[in-house]
Amino acid sequence: MESYKDEDFAAQAKSILERYPREQRFALAMMQDFQRKYDYLSQEAIRQIAAYLQIPSGKIYSLATFYKAFSLEKKGKYIIKVCDGTACHVRSSMQILEEIEKLLGIMPGGTTADGRFSLETVKCLGTCALAPVMVINDEYYGSLTAGKVREILKKYGDGGGADEE
Amino acid sequence: MKSEQAKRKILVCCGPGCLAVGGREILEGLRSRIAAAGLDATVEPVIKGTGCHGLCEQGPMVRFLPEDISYCRVSLPDLDEIVEQTVRQQKVVERLLLVDALTGRRVKSQGENSFYKKQLKIALRNTGEINPLNIDDYLERDGYRALAKVLFEMDPETVIAEVEKSGLRGRGGAGFPTGLKWRQCARVDNSPKYVICNADEGDPGAFMDRGIIEGDPHSVIEGMVIGAYAIKAHRGFVYIRDEYALAVKTMLEAIRQAEARSYLGRNILGSGFDFSLEVVRGGGAFVCGESTALMASIEGRVGEPRAKYIRSVERGLWDQPTVLNNVETWANIPPIILRGGEWFSSIGTAKSKGTKVFSLVGKVKNTGLVEVPMGITLRELIFDIGGGILNDRKFKAVQTGGPSGGCIPAEMLDLEVDFDSLTAADSMMGSGGMIVMDERTCMVDTARYYIDFLTEESCGKCSPCREGLKRMREILNDICSGAGLPGDIELLEEIGGMVRECSLCGLGKTAPNPVLSTIKHFREEYDEHVHRKRCPAGICRPLTTFVIDGEACTGCGLCRKNCPAEAISGEPKEPHVIDQSRCTKCGNCIELCRFNAITVK
Ligand SMILES: Cc1cc2nc3c(=O)[nH]c(=O)nc-3n(C[C@H](O)[C@H](O)[C@H](O)COP(=O)(O)O)c2cc1C
Ligand code: FES
Repeated sequence: MESYKDEDFAAQAKSILERYPREQRFALAMMQDFQRKYDYLSQEAIRQIAAYLQIPSGKIYSLATFYKAFSLEKKGKYIIKVCDGTACHVRSSMQILEEIEKLLGIMPGGTTADGRFSLETVKCLGTCALAPVMVINDEYYGSLTAGKVREILKKYGDGGGADEE
Repeated sequence: MKSEQAKRKILVCCGPGCLAVGGREILEGLRSRIAAAGLDATVEPVIKGTGCHGLCEQGPMVRFLPEDISYCRVSLPDLDEIVEQTVRQQKVVERLLLVDALTGRRVKSQGENSFYKKQLKIALRNTGEINPLNIDDYLERDGYRALAKVLFEMDPETVIAEVEKSGLRGRGGAGFPTGLKWRQCARVDNSPKYVICNADEGDPGAFMDRGIIEGDPHSVIEGMVIGAYAIKAHRGFVYIRDEYALAVKTMLEAIRQAEARSYLGRNILGSGFDFSLEVVRGGGAFVCGESTALMASIEGRVGEPRAKYIRSVERGLWDQPTVLNNVETWANIPPIILRGGEWFSSIGTAKSKGTKVFSLVGKVKNTGLVEVPMGITLRELIFDIGGGILNDRKFKAVQTGGPSGGCIPAEMLDLEVDFDSLTAADSMMGSGGMIVMDERTCMVDTARYYIDFLTEESCGKCSPCREGLKRMREILNDICSGAGLPGDIELLEEIGGMVRECSLCGLGKTAPNPVLSTIKHFREEYDEHVHRKRCPAGICRPLTTFVIDGEACTGCGLCRKNCPAEAISGEPKEPHVIDQSRCTKCGNCIELCRFNAITVK
């Protein structure tokens, strides 16, 4: 994942924007590309998209806040998405979530103080057969139990928020 | 290039379920081992990453053709043995065979497994059988023959008539007759026109559309070109939610290959018909699955639905006539054209023709994608195909229809599933999610779960949905936390009725269903929560007390060792006890106990 501080942001932004014609219907696609590359939409990214499409930045903001795929804040190094889709819910996903909340000391939507973990819930990762499921960055973990979660989080580094409690 | 022998193939499932348990590593491991072993060129199998095989619980799945041997839960240490025994010597490795959940026996091929026996595959005809990234595989199985037939032998009117004859109804939820939708749009004299494939699949607990696109993208493309020809559209869009990265990638590659072979683009197959197809990635909003919100989203606007009196077949995308159908609907089109509408309408029930793909998940032994003829009973689906309830607990309900569907109780297990019977049972077909629940599922919590979901997903445009759902959520939260008051259940019914009547779009109109259907079928459970402050399933923590039955407890110590709160004590072989002051009501013990010794007080 790259940082918006990179010197060549202007060039990077340009390369994303110019993949698309200057039509409003490509706004979402551009935003998705920025989101994917940097993991959130910075003010500067929003401004650039708006300028490129010649529409007010407010329009881009309204899209960014309406659609769940976008974040306006920087996330942790590891993004934990705990599935609370129906299949996972009936297989006790809330217990998994609580265990992680306890271990990291953060709630869904939060990021640990050291910037290591962000916690989110999602509705269905499409792997319901393995419920309950979570995904950390791109790695899937299925058939979870509280015990398994502890083991898995250990793999992602000594710290996390775990020690800070 | 047909060889004398039937081609030997090894199919490694790389569907979402199997990928999550290492399908990709197995695929690569097999590839490299077979190359390294330099197996005789004529018998060298073709290894393919294939879409969903269905039986996700047992992944990763590997299947050998033409012998038709299937292995499950294959892991890297098994590969050497597989290559030596099965690939080289064509012997079966017994321990890797699938166990039939129903009979408990190991079976050699998919066909022998009860999970597959009652299935009939039309929309999923190629899924798991072909490499989705290779158009030749699709062509080998009659791919694009329906398109050629349409372009050179049928005029738009006969295409529509054939689809009407099939009785096909939309698989995305409402079950609107597909042929009629096409006819209404064809009738409008206004161009350009558009066709759209709805692959937003927002229902939590459902992955049918994902399975089809990842496993057999060309069937959707072919269906769309045929539909476009029927209504005289020249541009189409596939709207896929962005989280489905593999589906997006697969569809883009399939479109590229179809263009290269002139199944898409200008002057398709030399017929003079032009049609181009684009992928649009959705932004993750449940309401964008609704047709008018989806169109707004394609236009680059906020995905808010509009009132239904303006019909999309007349004024849809960019206010032009538009046909929007679900992934599975499109995938059904090519077989209907090739085999005829009459054939299709011979399958299913009086008013629901053909098959339906369900994602069977929750507390059931076999989970995965299943495709069955309309009219199959819930009992067959859950007990024969699904193999029954996990840990042989008691079946309590099955939830169908996604967040706006309902819960069907055990008394109705013999219901024959089709569009109309599910609606009559206060639920609906929806897109095909089927979530099985057992005695450890609390129906009030389930209702709250859906209302929570829908409150978050309500776009906020109309107040009955925005405000009504919030109030319902508050009441349900109260009931689940022990603060429920007499009259709350009636109040839920009243607000639910109002939201259902007054909301603008399908989201609001159906949102109260989970609450109303659970109140109707599980009223006592609500009463227990409100009046006796007790959650019989042991899910709502403030209302739960777990106790150990001293008679049934054998003192095995399993619960004690696994209790995260260290709240259980007892000597080996003596009955254990739970220290209520430490118990966090997580329910771990009740899930683990093999002697049914733990109960909810
Ligand atoms: C809130 C809401 C969400 C919907 N989500 C989906 C969806 O994810 N996929 C889908 O195919 N249809 C969805 N629909 C139904 C569509 O509006 C539309 O009826 C359907 O895609 C039409 O295709 P069909 O006739 O082939 O079923 C949804 C409807 C509503 C009201
Ligand atoms: S409900 Fe969790 S993966 Fe589908």
